[in-house]
Amino acid sequence: MVENKKLIYRYLSEISDPEIPVINIVEMGVVRDVLFHGSKLEIKLTPTYSGCPAMDMIHQLVEEKLHSKGYNSVEVTLVYKPAWTTDWMSDETKQKLARYGIAPPLGKVASKKTLLNNEHVSCPQCGSKNTEMKSMFGSTACKALYVCKKCLEPFDYFKCI
Amino acid sequence: MDKSDLFKFCLRLGDSCLIMAHRQSEMCSKGPFLEEDIAQTNLGLDLLGQAEALLIYAAKLEDKGRTADDLVYKRPERDFYNFMLTEQPNTDFAFAVVRQYIMALYLDKVYETLSNVDDETLSGIALKALKEISYHKSHLGMWVTRLGDGTHESHERVQTAFNELWMFLGELYEEDELDIKMQHAGFAISGDEMKSYLFSEISSCLTKATLSIPESIYMTTGSKKGIHTEYLGYLLTEMQYLQRAYPDANW
Ligand SMILES: [Zn+2]
Repeated sequence: MVENKKLIYRYLSEISDPEIPVINIVEMGVVRDVLFHGSKLEIKLTPTYSGCPAMDMIHQLVEEKLHSKGYNSVEVTLVYKPAWTTDWMSDETKQKLARYGIAPPLGKVASKKTLLNNEHVSCPQCGSKNTEMKSMFGSTACKALYVCKKCLEPFDYFKCI
Repeated sequence: MDKSDLFKFCLRLGDSCLIMAHRQSEMCSKGPFLEEDIAQTNLGLDLLGQAEALLIYAAKLEDKGRTADDLVYKRPERDFYNFMLTEQPNTDFAFAVVRQYIMALYLDKVYETLSNVDDETLSGIALKALKEISYHKSHLGMWVTRLGDGTHESHERVQTAFNELWMFLGELYEEDELDIKMQHAGFAISGDEMKSYLFSEISSCLTKATLSIPESIYMTTGSKKGIHTEYLGYLLTEMQYLQRAYPDANW
């Protein structure tokens, strides 16, 4: 077996996030580590949210992908520490989210107190900052539902966590 | 730390999250409007995830070959250790909000304490859950204010919910032998600390919501010994139905 971490990461980045297809699981920060144990390959994943229903699917997709690349012994393990945070998203990833129609998380999660303060979310359709939160929970737990008061379109905002 | 103590500790916390998650899932399609309906189910999903993580760890600590699913589907009522508050039914939207709000306050403190303990798994689960619960606390607190400071009808209903659920508050700061052990190990705060924290949070929220603090009444006790109100049995009947009808059925 070729012990090439970079290669494994490249394979894993071919897997799209099941809920946000324009982002892959490496960009999402879900892949935490790739370890080689002799003939076995261990992939450490971390959930975005404790109850993220996409986790089981990602687990399965990782195994399928690596099996298809010839890695027969793959173990997927779940790690909780450090806790996943939107701070891990690169600017490029955030731009991809915005182009897809999801307002990316604003600012950094410096402390628990900054979590809930997102007053100036820009509309991903028209760019206006004249927006309003309709619900703290959107189509998935990681998003909040906003409405743009300028173009009147509803949109998802990826919450800081 | 004794493994069997830690097992029991995780089981208690996991059970409360699990039963809360189930009650929350029953709110699906019953929210007052579509956005809130989605919010309610998302709250349940977070709790289910926390329950799953805690029960997987509990099963591992117990080390008797039981899985998290076994713990969920194959235990009878008397072997569940969730707080009685968590099993109280969704009588109306106000009851659901008040129950989950009080538990969100409780969990926020519990996870905060656990996020610093010398146990990689538990502190990892807690750190993750802490961020989720801060959204619950804020969202549910908003509803208490909105209902309390809303119409005459909503005010009455949320006040009734606080009055009726008040007697289940005592269990949240009651201490038994295991709690004391966990406090010594730094895994929990004292019952007194928990009580004053809960009372100060709830009373400032109630004041803001123009509601009054319920009168001090008899507080229930028993869930730490597996004693429950009649509602848990019905809940388990539904939750465990499939595994009872088709043992070990798999997805
Ligand atoms: Zn707009």
